[in-house]
Amino acid sequence: MTFIAKPKVAHPSLPKNALGFTRRDYEGTLSTLCAGCGHDSITAAIIEAAFGLDLKPQNLVKLSGIGCSSKTTAYFVSGGHGFNSVHGRMPSIGMGANAANRELTYIGVSGDGDTLSIGLGQFCHAIRRNLNMLYIIENNGVYGLTKGQFSASADVGSKAKKGEANLQPPVDPVLLALTLGASFVARSFSGDKEQLVPLIQAGLKHRGFALIDVLSPCVTFNDHEGSTKSYAYTREHYEPAVHTDFVPFEREIKVDYKEGEALPVMMHDGSRIILRKLAAGYDPTHRTAAFAQIQEHLQAGEHLTGLLFVEPGQPEFHELNGTPDTALNRIPYEQLSPGPSGLTKILSRYR
Amino acid sequence: MNRIDANSGINANSRINDFVIKIATVNGTGSASANTLLMKSIFRSGIPVMGKNYFPSNIQGLPTWYEIRVSRDGYVARSGRTDIMVAMNAETYAKDVKEVAPGGYLIYDSTWPRPALLSREDITVIGVPLARLCNENFNGVRTRILMKNICYAGVLAALLDLDLVKIRELLAETYAKKPQLLDSNMKAIQLGYDYAKELHPQPLPLRVQGMDKTSGHVMIDGNTAAALGCVFAGATVGAWYPITPSTSLMDAFKAFCDRSRVDANGKKNFAFIQAEDELAAIGMVIGAMWNGARAFTATSGPGVSLMSEFLGLAYYAEIPAVLFDVQRVGPSTGMPTRTQQGDILAAAYASHGDTRHVCLYPSNPEECFYMAVQAFDLAERLQTPVMVLSDLDIGMNDWMCRDLKWDDAYRPDRGKVLSRAEIESLEKFHRYVDKDGDGITYRTLPGIHPKGAYFTRGSGHTQYGVYTEDSADYQLVLDRLMKKWATAKKLVPRAVIDATAGADVAIVSLGSCDGAVHEAIDVLKTRGVAIDSMRVRAFPFSEDVERFLAAHRLIFVVEQNRDAQLRSLLTLETDVAKSKLRSLLHYDGLPISSSFIVEGVLAEVKARPKLESRTG
Repeated sequence: MTFIAKPKVAHPSLPKNALGFTRRDYEGTLSTLCAGCGHDSITAAIIEAAFGLDLKPQNLVKLSGIGCSSKTTAYFVSGGHGFNSVHGRMPSIGMGANAANRELTYIGVSGDGDTLSIGLGQFCHAIRRNLNMLYIIENNGVYGLTKGQFSASADVGSKAKKGEANLQPPVDPVLLALTLGASFVARSFSGDKEQLVPLIQAGLKHRGFALIDVLSPCVTFNDHEGSTKSYAYTREHYEPAVHTDFVPFEREIKVDYKEGEALPVMMHDGSRIILRKLAAGYDPTHRTAAFAQIQEHLQAGEHLTGLLFVEPGQPEFHELNGTPDTALNRIPYEQLSPGPSGLTKILSRYR
Repeated sequence: MNRIDANSGINANSRINDFVIKIATVNGTGSASANTLLMKSIFRSGIPVMGKNYFPSNIQGLPTWYEIRVSRDGYVARSGRTDIMVAMNAETYAKDVKEVAPGGYLIYDSTWPRPALLSREDITVIGVPLARLCNENFNGVRTRILMKNICYAGVLAALLDLDLVKIRELLAETYAKKPQLLDSNMKAIQLGYDYAKELHPQPLPLRVQGMDKTSGHVMIDGNTAAALGCVFAGATVGAWYPITPSTSLMDAFKAFCDRSRVDANGKKNFAFIQAEDELAAIGMVIGAMWNGARAFTATSGPGVSLMSEFLGLAYYAEIPAVLFDVQRVGPSTGMPTRTQQGDILAAAYASHGDTRHVCLYPSNPEECFYMAVQAFDLAERLQTPVMVLSDLDIGMNDWMCRDLKWDDAYRPDRGKVLSRAEIESLEKFHRYVDKDGDGITYRTLPGIHPKGAYFTRGSGHTQYGVYTEDSADYQLVLDRLMKKWATAKKLVPRAVIDATAGADVAIVSLGSCDGAVHEAIDVLKTRGVAIDSMRVRAFPFSEDVERFLAAHRLIFVVEQNRDAQLRSLLTLETDVAKSKLRSLLHYDGLPISSSFIVEGVLAEVKARPKLESRTG
C-alpha cells in the first residue's frame, strides 16, 4: 500500500465556487480502501460539502484516530493539515488544536471501533466540553483492518462473515450523544449523498460539537446476509425522520417550503438549517422526545436518520473558558509575560 | 545552594542555628499553618532553613510529620538526625520518641500525662498542657484543635528564642482579611509562649539567633516555581488530570494566569483544561503544540505510564510537547505522598519501539523555574517531547532559593516553523527533509498556507511525510531522528561539575540529591576524604558527562530509587565501565539525607586501604 498522488487536471469547464476553486481542489490523495467501501462515499460527500461552503482549504484541520475510517482524512482537502493520531484519542488532539487556534474549522473522522470501544471516554468528554468540531463516525459494525471482529456498534444477533452471531448489546452513538447533552446529533447513510452533504455543511457550521453517525457498510467483512450493517439491510431499515437543507448566510432560500412543515434553525453566523419533519410527530428540537423515538425505532431494527437533534446557542469550549476571539497561538509573547517587574511583585509573596 | 559561612560570631561547636525540629501531628488538624509559620519566621530572621512535609495520602486522621532544619551553614537537605521532637500524635509516640538524638528534647501535650510511653533517660522531656490551655481559652471543637497547633508554635518560639514580632507580622499578613482568625491566632501564640517561658525562663541551647543569610532569597516550592516558568515561557494551554504530587503545579499556573493573563475585556489569554485522564491530557498538549501554542501538562509516574503511547507518537511525528513529571514512590500506585526518583528510565524511553526523550532534571525550585522555560525552547527547537523530572520533595516542599531572575529580552525559540512568505516561496514543502544537516526539519502550522499542508502520522512515513512501508524510506527517517538526538546533546543543559578536589573518586547524582551530596562532600572532607562531583542535568548526556566519567576511577552514583536507574542509563548511554560505578540508593520514600551518603561512601572507601591513604 503506497501513496498515490491524484493527478490534478482541472478541465476549464469544471464549476467553480466563490473562491474560484473547483471540486478537484478539495480532493486528497487516492483512496486505498476496498472498492465499494462506504467510507469513500462519505469522503466524496465531505469534498462536495467543503466545495459548496467555499471553505479555504488551509482553514480545514482534519483529525483522525486509527482504522480504515481514520485513513480517509488523507483523501480529501489536501490543502488542509491532517493529523492521524493514535487509536481512539483523536478528540484530545482536536481539543488541544482547537484550544490553540479557535479560528480554524475542525473535522474529525473516526470509526465505530475508534469511537465506541477504545475511544469511548474521549468521545464522551469532547461532547461534554462542546468542543467546536464536526465529528463523523463511519460506522460499519466491524473491525476491518484486523479482518472482521465485531465492533461495539454491532447489533445483537448480527452475524459475522463466518456465521458467528454477536451477543452483546451495541453502543449507539446517537443515543449516547443525546444523553451527554450534545448540541448537534445526526445519523445518515453513506449511500445517501443527498442527505449527507447538507448535514456535513450544517455540522461544519455548527458552533459546538456536531456528531454525524454515518452507517457505512464494509464491503469486505460486513456486507453479507445476516449482517445488520450491510448495504441491503441498511437500505431496507433506514427511515429519514427529518429532511435537512443547509443555507449559507449569503444565499437566499430557493426551495419553497410549505408553511408549518419547515422549521428554519438559525446558526451563529447567520446561516440557516431548514428542517422538514418526515416521520410523524418527530421533533428534532426536543431532546427527550427525540431520544424516545430513536430508541423505539432501534428496538424495531430501524434507523431514524437526518438531523435528529439540534440546539444551537449552547456555549462551546472557548465560550465556557472565556478565551478571546483571537487564536491563542497568535497572541504576542509580550502580552503573555509578566516581565521582570511582574516577577519581583510575585516573589514578594514568597519571603 | 551556596554555602553560607558562619561568620556571625557563633561558636562552631554551638548548636545555635544548627538543629532539626520534627513535629508529629495528625493530618487534617491544621498543623500546616503552624509549621509554615515557624519555618517562615526563622527564614525572616535571616537564618537558612529547610522545611519538609511528610504527609499521608489521606484527607484526615493519619499521621503526618513536618521537619524543620535550621542551618546556619545553608544546607538544604535532611541531615538525618532529629534534635527536637514535638510529639502531638499519641499514635506515633513510640516511634517519635525513639527518633530523638541523645541530648535532644521532646515536647508533648501533657494534658494527658504519659510517663511510661515517653520516658527516655538521655533526652529532656517538656510537657505542655496544650489541649487544656486551648479548651480553657477557646470555644468550638474545631477552633480548639486548630489553636493547639498555633499554641505549640508559641511554645517553640519561647524555647528557641524565636522573634515574636516576626511571628505576629506573619500572622497579620496571613489573616489580613480574617480579623477573627487573626485574634485567636495571636492569642494562641501568646498562650504557648507564656506557658513555656514560665516553665523554662531561658531558651534551650538549641536555639536561633538572627543572621543575615536569607536576603536575596525566597522560600518557594518547585511546583509553584515550575508553574511560574510556564507563565514566563508564554505557555497558553495547560491540560492535566489531577494526580499527587503534581496537582499544585497546575493550580499555581491557573492562579498566576487568573492574575496576569486576563485582558481588559475580561478575556483569558490561556486555556486551562482538566482532562478526563492522562492520555487525554498529553493528547491535548500535543494537539495544541502541533497547532502553534505553547502547551504543557504535569503528572506523576502513573500518568507517565498512561501517556507513553502518545509520547511515542510525538517523538516519531516530531511534535513538541512539555511534560512535568513530579515523581512519587512507585511501583504502581506506590506511596503517592512520598518522594522518589523512580521514573528516570521510564521517562527516557517511554513508549514502544525505538523511542528516546529529552529529559531535564532540576535539583530545586529555582532550577524548576529556569528549566520550565528551557523545556519549551528545547521542545520547539527539537520538535520533540521534553520531560522535566522533578519529584515530590522538590515539588511540594518550600525550599530556600536564590531570587528568580527574568531577562526582559527573552523571546521564545519557536524553532524551525515556516512563515507564510517562506512557504509561498517554496516550490513544494516536505515535512521531514533534513535541509540543514542537524536532523531538525522544517514544520508548518495549520491555517497558514495550503502549500504548507501535510499529513501528520504515527505510521511509517518517508522524508516527504507520505505513508510508507518501504524499508529504505522508513530507515532514512529513523536514522535522521538519531542525528537530531546528537544535536540535542549539544543543546541540553550541561552537567554541573565540581572537580576542585582533584580526586579520582567522585559522586554522580541528579535532581533533588544535590543538597545532600554537597553537604556530604563537606563532611567527607573533614573526615579526610576528598571527592569530586557531577550532577547530570539532562538526558541525552552531554559530552562533559562522558569526560567526567572517564576521568574518575571510582564513582558513587547517588540516586533515590531501588534499581539504580541513573547508573543503568549511564552504562547504556556512555562508554563508562560498569565496574567502577558504585550505587548509593535511597528509596524509603523520604528525601535523601547527607548522612546516608557520608556513611555509604565511608563504608566503601574504608574497605579500600589504598584509597584511604591517598585521600587521607
